[in-house]
Amino acid sequence: MYKYNDFDEAFVRSRVEQFRNQVNRRIAGELTEEEFRPLRLMNGLYLQLHAYMLRVAIPYGTLNSRQMNQLAIIAEKFDKGYGHFTTRQNIQYNWPKLQDVPEILSALADVEMHALQTSGNTIRNVTADHFAGAAADEVEDPRPTAELLRQWSTDHPEFQFLPRKFKIAVSAGAADRAVVKAHDIGIQVVRNDAGETGYRVIVGGGLGRTPMIGKTIVEFLPKADLLPYVEAVVSVWNLLGRRDNKYKARIKITVHENGLDEIKRLVDERFALIRPTFSGVDQAMLRDIETHFAAPAYKNAPLDAFDDRLNSDPVFRSWVDTNVAAHKVDSYGILTISIKKHGETPGDATADQMRLMADLAEQYGHDELRISHEQNVIIPHVHKSDLPAIYDALKPAGLATANIGLISDIIACPGMDYCALATARSIPIAQEIAVRFDELKLEHEVGPLKIKISGCINACGHHHVGHIGILGLDRAGVENYQITLGGDGTEDAVVGDRTGPGFAAEDITDAIERIVRAYLDLRLNAEETFLQAYRRLGMDPFKAALYETEAKAHAAE
Amino acid sequence: MSRRFTPKVVTANHLLDGDAIWLTADNQWTRTMSEAEYIDDADRANERLAFAASQADITVGAYLADAKLGENGPEPTHFRETFRTRGPSNYAHGKQVEL
Ligand code: SF4
Repeated sequence: MYKYNDFDEAFVRSRVEQFRNQVNRRIAGELTEEEFRPLRLMNGLYLQLHAYMLRVAIPYGTLNSRQMNQLAIIAEKFDKGYGHFTTRQNIQYNWPKLQDVPEILSALADVEMHALQTSGNTIRNVTADHFAGAAADEVEDPRPTAELLRQWSTDHPEFQFLPRKFKIAVSAGAADRAVVKAHDIGIQVVRNDAGETGYRVIVGGGLGRTPMIGKTIVEFLPKADLLPYVEAVVSVWNLLGRRDNKYKARIKITVHENGLDEIKRLVDERFALIRPTFSGVDQAMLRDIETHFAAPAYKNAPLDAFDDRLNSDPVFRSWVDTNVAAHKVDSYGILTISIKKHGETPGDATADQMRLMADLAEQYGHDELRISHEQNVIIPHVHKSDLPAIYDALKPAGLATANIGLISDIIACPGMDYCALATARSIPIAQEIAVRFDELKLEHEVGPLKIKISGCINACGHHHVGHIGILGLDRAGVENYQITLGGDGTEDAVVGDRTGPGFAAEDITDAIERIVRAYLDLRLNAEETFLQAYRRLGMDPFKAALYETEAKAHAAE
Repeated sequence: MSRRFTPKVVTANHLLDGDAIWLTADNQWTRTMSEAEYIDDADRANERLAFAASQADITVGAYLADAKLGENGPEPTHFRETFRTRGPSNYAHGKQVEL
């Protein structure tokens, strides 16, 4: 994986020292909060409901065991023994003390990590397919491209004060696992008819208050044109973007208001101007970066013990079936470790759990870990013969839940348990739904179903693209939950449809159960997924189940 | 007719640990809301908020929050403020265990 060069290292260290100085001056009263706030935000430090929160970037979700171990140490030493993995492949610490933050940043720098540009109107952490480098369906590993974009966007002088934040995601598979169509720029590595690899560039996607699916601005961009092209897009938006209104500032609105054709014309114009200034240094860098992402030395080992266990232990088999995805090498699997045991907080891992996952990755996984936007941890390269040992180690640590892609594999943002912007809580809703379907023993029968919950309209929990989306709102001083159905965050991305009036916190789990039971009644067969059934039938039967049953219950009272 | 003033407390987060704090009648900061000064007059509220904002070495983001008078002192009227008096619901962390 990518290793910092001397420049990266010196830059990050100097930023830590700068911030240490700023924190000292704030505590000594030499800086007001107005002066300090933008400085702390530049370093990923937010103030939430009960404490500060430090958001640390995990570029394209990739970690090695040393880094994961350091995240565990930080959780123990400076926080309450856990961390929260987010939908943007970041980790958030919920309880750091202001005076400790420079130490934390210094500890992160020791393992080539930082919290820069995890806040503010900058280009944020570049995210990527969490199966990158391992997926059977990818054109190539998308991470060198993501790393090139990371280097280009980090501390880019032109892009530190953009109209709003800017998010880029990269994927390279036939299946989109990085929700690229819901990003300001989504990049898909593709191959053209001539067999050359290049990029499909998608702009103007985004969730939040005004959800939009991104539009393709160029079908095939030669590889060497990536940075000048992305720079052209960002600078066109930088000039055109609505700085007068925060709710209209994202590029999705710029594209919507000006039209894709006009944006494309302006981008092409700008691109023609700046393309000659890119001398090819970036391509030399890319080639160097690629060497850091070489495939691991895959091993050969007999699969007999694995097969025996598969045939003799149905619980193990269920875990393999649910949590292990096809790897490009037959004898390998991509293991997703669920950090969503029923009733636990989605995305949270304790320091001990982090250490265990780091150890397993080191021992069995070519020292690689990934964080998914779905808030789970992945060991991307696991020889199948090692799965029994890994399973046996994960189980006592509460990490062997077989629920990936199922109804309890819920995305939930921190919501009003932590977030200062929230209008309602998300975590307890996720916990309750997961526990309910576990008690009903229904989730494997229900099959693939993605529930995503946000605690406010900002949609960090991706509710718009959940098969079932839940949005927590404040309705006259009471938490209220609005449901959307039929959203999809994949290559067929679509924003879900709102069902109607929302539900009180006490009623939302029953409401979700009614929708799921309606699906079980309505599906053609066990192969038809919830999303397929919804697409075939539309909203009406689900809406009827959701509200009419409720009306009946009221009439009977 | 002047609009009725909704009683308030002055609240903020503590500069060092970010914990929720409230302003008392004798210019102290408390971590227990019921010890806060209960303010039922608009002028007084603005005056106290200005005082709070001037305490930049202790507070961050002081604001006026709606309150009602309970048995032991001011109580929150909105669920957000209720959460601030106890901490998150997914773990026994924050005030619910620390106070
Ligand atoms: S969706 Fe809203 S409540 Fe949830 S983390 Fe984002 S800003 Fe906070």
